Amino acid sequence: MPPAIVVENLGKSYRVQHQQTRGGYKTLRESLTSAAARPLNRLRRRLDPQSSLPDPTSETFWALSDVNFEVQPGEVVGIIGRNGAGKSTLLKILSRITKPTTGRVTINGRVGSLLEVGTGFHPELTGRENIFMNGSILGMSRREIQRKFDEIVDFSGVERFLDTPVKRFSSGMQVRLAFAVAAHLEPEIIIVDEVLAVGDMEFQRKCLGKMGDVANSGRTVFFVSHNMAAIESLCESGILMERGRIASHGPIHNVVGTYCETLLAATHRNSHHGSNAPLNGVIRSVQLVDRNSGEARFIKLGDDLLLSIQLDLPNHDNHPTIGVGFDDLSGTRLLTVHTPLTCVVPGVRGHCRVVCHVPRLPLPPGDYWIKVAVSGSGVSADSLDRALLLHISEGDPFHDGRGFTRGYCIARSEWRVVPL
Amino acid sequence: MSIDLEAPSLTPARLAETNGHVPAVVVERPPQTVIEPPRGWQLVNARELWQYRELLGFLTWRDVKVRYKQTLLGASWAILQPAMMMIVFTIFFGRMARVPTGDIPYPLFVYAGLLPWTFFATAIANAGNSVVGSERLITKIYFPRLAVPFASVGAAVVDFCCAMTLMLGLMIWYGVPPGPGLFAVLPLFALIALAALGVGTLLAALNVAYRDFRYVIPFLVQIWMFATPTVYMRPESNGAGWIDTVLALNPLTGLIAAFRAAILGDPLPWSAIGVSAATVAAMFVAGCLYFRRVEDSFADII
Repeated sequence: MPPAIVVENLGKSYRVQHQQTRGGYKTLRESLTSAAARPLNRLRRRLDPQSSLPDPTSETFWALSDVNFEVQPGEVVGIIGRNGAGKSTLLKILSRITKPTTGRVTINGRVGSLLEVGTGFHPELTGRENIFMNGSILGMSRREIQRKFDEIVDFSGVERFLDTPVKRFSSGMQVRLAFAVAAHLEPEIIIVDEVLAVGDMEFQRKCLGKMGDVANSGRTVFFVSHNMAAIESLCESGILMERGRIASHGPIHNVVGTYCETLLAATHRNSHHGSNAPLNGVIRSVQLVDRNSGEARFIKLGDDLLLSIQLDLPNHDNHPTIGVGFDDLSGTRLLTVHTPLTCVVPGVRGHCRVVCHVPRLPLPPGDYWIKVAVSGSGVSADSLDRALLLHISEGDPFHDGRGFTRGYCIARSEWRVVPL
Repeated sequence: MSIDLEAPSLTPARLAETNGHVPAVVVERPPQTVIEPPRGWQLVNARELWQYRELLGFLTWRDVKVRYKQTLLGASWAILQPAMMMIVFTIFFGRMARVPTGDIPYPLFVYAGLLPWTFFATAIANAGNSVVGSERLITKIYFPRLAVPFASVGAAVVDFCCAMTLMLGLMIWYGVPPGPGLFAVLPLFALIALAALGVGTLLAALNVAYRDFRYVIPFLVQIWMFATPTVYMRPESNGAGWIDTVLALNPLTGLIAAFRAAILGDPLPWSAIGVSAATVAAMFVAGCLYFRRVEDSFADII
């Protein structure tokens, strides 16, 4: 079987205008004057090459460059990266919305792309009419839409309003109807952008479930999201984009781990002169380690957490307290652990390495900021607000076949019958 | 599924791959799409447009539906617009200015001209703004971009068919029997539609890069209307040679005159039709060529 997608040397450049006149649209006058000035400028540059940059008002910006990868049929690939890393440009090229500047993409199979929920919805048309309109735009034939019509209406749950113009729908109803249509698309290769970021929690869960079905149905899926938990539970392999290039490509857990490290590095860079910098160098480093003291990138749900903290304590301080806090990405403290008050951890003095061991960390899959603080004799000695970005991936710690279901923490449970 | 992008073709390389055992194996392969940098001038990909014909139909249907949503009179507006124009022109040109129209009653004369003209004007104005108006679609999903201006022209065809019923009513009212020329109405209308497709796609493509055309289009339509003998009869030969040449280059001159002649049972001006048909063909090819040349950049600059 040939690969589903082959991308070779793909690049896309844009010209960036430095001095944008009037909102960025070119007007005919500007185009005519620049067309008239172009040969003159070219001549001037040829006569005096050192005089100035090639074109001082614009420069070429490579949104994508030198991108190479292959996707096998049935593979579910997650694309991650920070904003502006080139993820959307890549998706736009793969779904043929825009053309690349260099390179080539070969796709074997029918492609359906879903860069937005409800493309082609018209507010004046009724729900029924929009199902046909949207389905047709997504590439379904009229007969196919008719065949799936009842299913789509069922899934959306808006059958009572089918003959109402969509502009009178609540935004949630519009999204539900739109996703219902998209969910019934059946191409061999499906390209999905951050569509799960809309709607309420319940709807997002439904979408994720549907995405899981799609991923398990043997179709090739290309999926962009900032939701690491979703990406990890759906995808087998991942591609990390950074400034238009592929920074990492491989099994999804490794790629997500690398991504978290780059995020952390960026935070440290940004916060070097901020309040996150160590106050006086007591905390030298914080590292996630595995049982063999090797560096780890992430832990699985319910794993033991091992943090290696390197300290450089003032010599007179013999009874320091160390605290480790876990915040979610919005900054809410979820968990704090401390060295005990009742006894002293022996050997914590001077230049030393302390390992903090939390058996079966009870936090759900996701990303957490780890804060480390050290105080000596009650006075704060040092603290590091965002010492580490901890990533917890999906797992099944209690071997109950469920893994994480819902809530804010996990716990082991036992069930037995007692006589009445 | 309807998005067969490119059916697998039997290139020599593929033949070699399958060791000469061609048919069944190759046909079962999924369609292959190759995405490469823009290649410059290219003609209309008729096969692809044909594959997307249902979408073209849906876009037309949407334009028609949306146009008369939440109006009291609905599709009657398609008749009312040219009808009111006819009344205005009858009062000012027919009664007050007494524009000569031969022995044809002025309302009949002017409506037979306004009918194809209104179609043409609506079609190019809507098509010209269609691509810019479909920004959401163009930046979010792939389909042959030509479907957008084509659908606008398609919606104008529906309006034309509604307005045609009033034409038939007027013919009965004034007792004008339909002649054999009536058979020419359809091909003549097809030529006018082709002209609208050519001009409409050109304006649509220009409008994406240069929003000036948003303001140029209404102005262009007005001037074009007066440059076309729609509401007046073309003076046959009054010696003004250069005006005649300019008017003859305007394909609508010949086509609207021919349309009117076909409806009212006059002899058809075959030479004018020939010249117009050639100009229309050139316009269509030029419009589509330019559109196809720049369509790859639509999503980036719209």
